[in-house]
Amino acid sequence: MKYKAMTAFAALAISAPIAFAGGADDDTLAIDGQEMITKTAAPAHMEETGIDTIISGWHFREDDTQSMQADTFDNPGMIAVDQAMDAWNTVEGSAEKSCASCHEGPESMQGVRAVYPKWNEEAGEVRTLAMQINDCRTNQMGADAYKYDSGPMAAMEALIAVQSRGMPVNVAIDGPVAETWEKGKELYYTRTGQLELSCASCHEENYGNYIRADHLSQGQINGFPTYRLKNAKLNTVHGRFKGCVRDTRAETYSPGSPEFVALELYVASRGNGLSVEGPSVRN
Amino acid sequence: MKLTGISAAVVLCATAAIANPIAPGEVQYDEYGAVAASLSGSDGDAANGAKIMVNRGKGNCVACHAVTALNDAPFHGEVGPSLDGVGSYRSAEELRGIVANAKKMFEGTVMPSFYKTSGFIRPGDGYTGKAAKEEDLMPILTAQEIEDVVAFLLTLQDS
Repeated sequence: MKYKAMTAFAALAISAPIAFAGGADDDTLAIDGQEMITKTAAPAHMEETGIDTIISGWHFREDDTQSMQADTFDNPGMIAVDQAMDAWNTVEGSAEKSCASCHEGPESMQGVRAVYPKWNEEAGEVRTLAMQINDCRTNQMGADAYKYDSGPMAAMEALIAVQSRGMPVNVAIDGPVAETWEKGKELYYTRTGQLELSCASCHEENYGNYIRADHLSQGQINGFPTYRLKNAKLNTVHGRFKGCVRDTRAETYSPGSPEFVALELYVASRGNGLSVEGPSVRN
Repeated sequence: MKLTGISAAVVLCATAAIANPIAPGEVQYDEYGAVAASLSGSDGDAANGAKIMVNRGKGNCVACHAVTALNDAPFHGEVGPSLDGVGSYRSAEELRGIVANAKKMFEGTVMPSFYKTSGFIRPGDGYTGKAAKEEDLMPILTAQEIEDVVAFLLTLQDS
């Protein structure tokens, strides 16, 4: 009884009700005046999920975070794009080449981000953008690979993503990638760790809801790499996957592992139709 | 033999320890997922239960459930139902079962099982991202902590 009286007093003292207006907001995102597709009809393969509209994570953030992404000068992720521009033109490795030696300007990468991960016929594998960057570095340039989820890798991904900004994500899920896609889908629904949570537990069943102070999004990756205010750096898709799996009190997979490559393909395909936003700004 | 006498005494003590508290693998859930007996063998402490419910490293129940009586701890989630008044419509036995392993009552629920140490996929060593051996896993809450939370939940009566 004494206890109840105490908590009742506490509740009165903190009179602000703890109530959230859940769900995605209705704002619209234009980056430097270019309109982004941040909500659109879900791709056909998501019919069984019950989700009919796919929504960029941008809609689940606070206004001040959202506005940071609307102007490239306010977007801290763009600093990495500048750094990667320098890297693009820097000769490295035994072949004495830079990215520019083969690809000229980074604008030649327009459309690339939108279709990765994709099948590489010659290698007979599904390749993420990071894998392709490292293939260029090691096989074409004779340079060292970037660490998969490192700063230089995230920056180079950001430079390449910017070239496709506004273009709809359009990764293939059939043909030679079908098997990998199915594996990714299975991982998406696997409840890992001592908390027994899958990607779907939060990002399919509970997007729009708050979990403590975090507003759960659909877990879309069209905005990657993502500048997170939380760690003040650009974050890769696999780095974020690792953090999520860790938070289920599970043994994570490694960035660049076949499991995360498959998961990236599957999650990317859930965003087919949303604009490439990278580098985006999130919590 | 003196040695036999000592080990017999150890076995007796160990037997007592298994019976009280009830180990996670030994909990008896009824057909509805309720648990009749106190897991620790003792009564719960509601005040401590309230602390566990807001502690991020313990129950962190408010991460998913709103509880008006705990409004002094900020940011309650909305993944699960509000727990206001839950003590009016759930018995201690039901609440114990739900907190220990809600999946016994609600198949497929996203709610983690707070008194379970086996049957996980890729269990980790806490939040390190590293692998844990299943035999080393501790339940998220102890038997007494479960009882404390149950005791607190029973104080949440319809006003």
